[in-house]
Amino acid sequence: MLIFDFWQYEFIQRAYLAGALIAILSATLGLFLVLRRLSLIGDGLSHVSFGAIALALFFGLYPFYLAVPLVLIASFFIFKLSEKSKMYGDSAIGIVSSVGIAAGVILASLSNGFNVDLLSYLFGNILAISQPELYLSLVLSGLVLVIILFFYNDLFSTTFDEAYAKISGIKTDRLNLLLISLTAITVVLAIKMVGIMLISALLILPATSALQIAKGFKVALMLSSAIAVFSVLSGLSLSFYANLPAGATIVMVNFLVFVFLFSWQKLRFNGH
Amino acid sequence: MPEVLKIQNLNFSYGPSAVLSDVSFTVSQGDYLALAGPNGAGKTTLIKVILGLEKKTSGSGQLLGEDIDKFKSWEKIGYLPQKIHTFNPLFPVSAQEVVSLGLLSKKKYPKILNLADRQKIKNTLDRLGTANLARRPINELSGGEQQKVFLARALVSQPQILILDEPSAALDPETRTNFFQLLAKLNQEQKLTIIIITHDTAYIGQYANKLLYLDKKVIFCGPLVDFCHSPDMEKYFGVFSQHLICHQHSSN
Repeated sequence: MLIFDFWQYEFIQRAYLAGALIAILSATLGLFLVLRRLSLIGDGLSHVSFGAIALALFFGLYPFYLAVPLVLIASFFIFKLSEKSKMYGDSAIGIVSSVGIAAGVILASLSNGFNVDLLSYLFGNILAISQPELYLSLVLSGLVLVIILFFYNDLFSTTFDEAYAKISGIKTDRLNLLLISLTAITVVLAIKMVGIMLISALLILPATSALQIAKGFKVALMLSSAIAVFSVLSGLSLSFYANLPAGATIVMVNFLVFVFLFSWQKLRFNGH
Repeated sequence: MPEVLKIQNLNFSYGPSAVLSDVSFTVSQGDYLALAGPNGAGKTTLIKVILGLEKKTSGSGQLLGEDIDKFKSWEKIGYLPQKIHTFNPLFPVSAQEVVSLGLLSKKKYPKILNLADRQKIKNTLDRLGTANLARRPINELSGGEQQKVFLARALVSQPQILILDEPSAALDPETRTNFFQLLAKLNQEQKLTIIIITHDTAYIGQYANKLLYLDKKVIFCGPLVDFCHSPDMEKYFGVFSQHLICHQHSSN
């Protein structure tokens, strides 16, 4: 079966489109997060999503509607704990993340164990993206990208040198909160694609791969997005042909791209 | 010359421990003020309070006529921090992108560089003799080259006041001399007001016209000529240092 044969199915078209959108989104935000050494925030927020989705399933609600506000609140907590308390950012992420998982496990046990729905969110199912979910992804992706473009220079300045950005009059606290909130929305969007367990790979791998070879920030941003889109599209195609789980295949393709660029960079460096 | 900075009875403390106590001084336009004092004297804290990075406990301050707590005209202030090497070495950024931050952060949204801005970046890099570094990644430059690029970032918005926090700490003697000569040129030719924290006593004497010696409180503040004739200063600086500063100053 050729890729064109797959394309006649609407659910395949939705998977490719939503996948590419979320890839660009997570790769763009991921670059800011990786450079600010906040890579694991995606992991932490995805664990909170687990609790939020378990809560939604417990009450028979649509998970997206509950996950978005709850993960946003959790991101706000992480920000406040690390900014205003005597606490490092990774400790704040660890606390909020474990509370999210603990809440999810308790709720799952109260509803007589993990049901199939909850497990499907753990590992994702991009082929099950519905029409409303695609529209929601489109709107939220568009919104997040517009916000990133609008605040691009402030995000760039704060990521490079936060103290200088502050002195230049940039409201770095508000900007940090914005970055973490956008990450929260992206994490929830990406759950359906790769699942709670693998979300941080979408944020970290394309950005880290791009950083192996990019010489300028804009180049790194574009390269990171290109790698993410390539990994999602080729990972999806590969998963159809080889009958593999889509989310995990996307992550593995991302990893292979990273290994290739890392090795290439090392060889080039040794060659000089 | 009009006053560009006026600090009055300023106090700052971290919890119960006082860092700055009843600090008062003024800086006039075109001054080259050296801020000296032992480690832990509160020099960097004072600069942070002036720049709004720390909130004063009490007292008042005016920067270019505005209250330091409400100051907004950041495009008029250039700043070269103490630790330029704290930036992430993995950050893929060219020298001209670093310099552009000096303009971008002060522009109105959506903060896009126009042709005039690009020319300013080019001119500033040219003026500091770093035009050849424009496209090179910042993490591939030497310490001295990086320092010049960061100085270009501080100067690109054509500030009225340049504040430097131990800018010469990582420089070799030759680069250090060139760096201080460059600052002197900016001060003399463009009447740029300079406030510099430095332990380089020889350079203080050679280039600065005012000295503020701080040890949690103001020990001395005034023209270097007065400092040289002050017997009180001998015990703080030691005979040798006071002599060295004054010798450099008189021979300049």
